[in-house]
Amino acid sequence: MTPRGRLAIAGARATTAAMLRDQPRGDVIRNAAFAALLLLAVLIALAGLLALLIQAFVEGAPALSTKLITNAPSTLFPEKAGFRPAIIGSLELIAGVIVFVVPIGIGAAIYLEEYADKARWWNRMIEVNIQNLAAVPSIIYGILGLAFIVRGPLDLGFILVAGSLTLALLVLPMVIIVAREAIRAVPDSIRQGSLALGATQWQTIRRQVLPASIPGIATGVILAVSRALGETAPLLLVGATVFVTFDPTPFSDAGYSAMPVQIFNYAVRPQDEFQALAFAGIIILLAVLLIMNSFAIWLRNRYEQRW
Amino acid sequence: MTQDESRVGSGREAREAAAARAAIAVRPDEFQHGASGKREKVFELKGVDVRYSGVAAVKSISMDVHRKDVTALIGPSGCGKSTLLRCLNRMNDLIPGAEVEGQLLYHGEDLYGPQVDPVQVRKLIGMVFQKPNPFPKSIYDNVAFGPRILGRKDDLDATVEKALRGAALWEEVKDRLDSNAFGLSGGQQQRLCIARCIAVEPDTILMDEPCSALDPISTGKIEDLMIELKEEFSIVIVTHNMQQAARVSDRTAFLMVELDADEDNRWGRLVEYDETEKIFTNPSDKRTEDYVSGKVG
Repeated sequence: MTPRGRLAIAGARATTAAMLRDQPRGDVIRNAAFAALLLLAVLIALAGLLALLIQAFVEGAPALSTKLITNAPSTLFPEKAGFRPAIIGSLELIAGVIVFVVPIGIGAAIYLEEYADKARWWNRMIEVNIQNLAAVPSIIYGILGLAFIVRGPLDLGFILVAGSLTLALLVLPMVIIVAREAIRAVPDSIRQGSLALGATQWQTIRRQVLPASIPGIATGVILAVSRALGETAPLLLVGATVFVTFDPTPFSDAGYSAMPVQIFNYAVRPQDEFQALAFAGIIILLAVLLIMNSFAIWLRNRYEQRW
Repeated sequence: MTQDESRVGSGREAREAAAARAAIAVRPDEFQHGASGKREKVFELKGVDVRYSGVAAVKSISMDVHRKDVTALIGPSGCGKSTLLRCLNRMNDLIPGAEVEGQLLYHGEDLYGPQVDPVQVRKLIGMVFQKPNPFPKSIYDNVAFGPRILGRKDDLDATVEKALRGAALWEEVKDRLDSNAFGLSGGQQQRLCIARCIAVEPDTILMDEPCSALDPISTGKIEDLMIELKEEFSIVIVTHNMQQAARVSDRTAFLMVELDADEDNRWGRLVEYDETEKIFTNPSDKRTEDYVSGKVG
C-alpha cells in the first residue's frame, strides 16, 4: 500500500472514531430529561387509576360478599342489601345493546367501506358525521332516547328495551368506526383474488372480507358494550331511576335498574354502610369491565390476521 | 347441437364450450371457426381504448389471442400492459372511472355487451396476480373456494387434488392441506393461486407478472407450469422479463409508451404483435428491436 493510501485510511478511521465517540454533553442531558418527563406523564395517569382502585378496595372490601349478587337492594337494612336487580338489569340492557348494535353497526360499516362511492360528497358527509356522533356527550343521547324512544314516535314507555335502544344509539358510532377499520384492514388483493374467481361482491364480502375482519369487529363490539355497561347519564333519563327490588324484565314498565345507577343510588345515602356498598358495587363493575376488556385484547391478539 | 359438439370435441372442451355459451349470450356457431383450419381465437381486440377518468391509458389496441397459446404482453413500465390484461376479464370494472371502448370479443361474443355479467366473465377467465394473494384460510379452503361459490360441491376433495396437481403443488402440500396458506413460501403461494384459479375450470388464465415477486427457482417452476397449462388453457401473461416471454410464450405483443406533443399525457400503444420467435429474432419494427435487444426501456 502506498504511503498516501495509508494516510487516507488512517485519516478516515480517525474521523469515524471521533464521530462515534463524541456525543455532546447537552444532548445527553436533554435525552434523559425528556425520557423522565414522559415517564412522569405515565406515572400520573397510572396514579389516578391506582388511587381509584385502592380507595374502592379499602372502602368496599368489607362489604364484598355473595349477597351482593343474590340480594335485592334495601333502604332499611344495608347489611342485607345487594345488587341483584341491577346486575340482571345491566345484563339485559347489554344483551339488548348487542342485539341492536351488531347487525346495524356491521351493516353500516360494510356499506360505507364496500359499497359507498367515496367520491360522492354525501358519503363523505356521512363519514364525518359518524365521527362527530361518537363524540356527542351521552346525556344528549339520553334526551334523544326520552324524546324519540320513550315518548314520541316509538312511544315505548319507560321500559328496559328503551334503555337498550338508547345505549345502542350511543355506542353505534363507535361500533361502526371500529368495524370499518377492521374491514379496511383486509387488503384489496384478497377482494380482487376472490372476484377474479367469479365470486360476486356479496360472496366476496361474506366469505372473505367478513371472516378476516371478525376479530377486529368483535373487539370493537366488546369495547362498545363495556362502555354501555358503565354508562349512567342516558339511563337516568330513560327510566332507570326508580328503586327496584325485583328482577326486571325487558318489556315491563314496572321499572328497571342498572349497576351504575344502583351504585349512584347507594352512594348518595349518608350512612357509612351504604357508602361501603357503593364501593363494593364499583369493585364488581370494575372487575366485569376489566374482564371484558382483557377478553377483547386477548381476542384481538389471538385472531388478528397479520397481512 | 350434435354437429356442434362433434366439431368442438368431447370431454373438457365440450364442457368449456357449454360453459362459455351459457355464460355469454347463446350462440351455437361460436366455436365453429375452430374447425375451419384457421387457429381458433379466444380474444379479438379491435381498436380497444382504455381510459381512467377520461385519461387514456392505452389507445387503439388491435390483436387476436389464439386458443391454447401462451400470449405474452411485454413493454416498459407504464405502457398499459396490465391495464390491457385487466380488460380481458373485466377486472377494470372495479376501478371507478375506468372505461373501455372499441370492440373486445371473447369467442366471438362482445365481452362488454350490455347483457354480459362481469361475474360470469371472471368464472371463465381466471386471473393470477403479481403478488401471491392466498386467502387467510387453509390450503384446502383456498383451492375449494372457487368451486364452493360456484356450487360445485360434489367431490370437492377430488377437485382440490386435481387443481393442486395441475399447479404442480400437490406433492409439496398433500400432508398439510389443513394448514394455513400463509405458511407456504412465496413460490408455493403463487402456485396455490394458480391451483385456486384452475379449480374453477376456466377457459383462459390471465397472469399479471406472476413471477415478479419470486426468486429464480420459483420462477422456473412457474414457467414450466405455464408450458404444461397451455395444453388445457389459453394463457395471457404480462411480464417485465423478456427472457421469460421468450421462454414461455408462443406469441408476443410489444407495447410502447406514447407521449403527446407537449408530453403531458402518456398512453400505451401496440407496436408489434407476432410469433415470439419473430419478435425476438427478426422484429419488423425498429422500436421492438431496440427494446428486445436492451437498447431502450
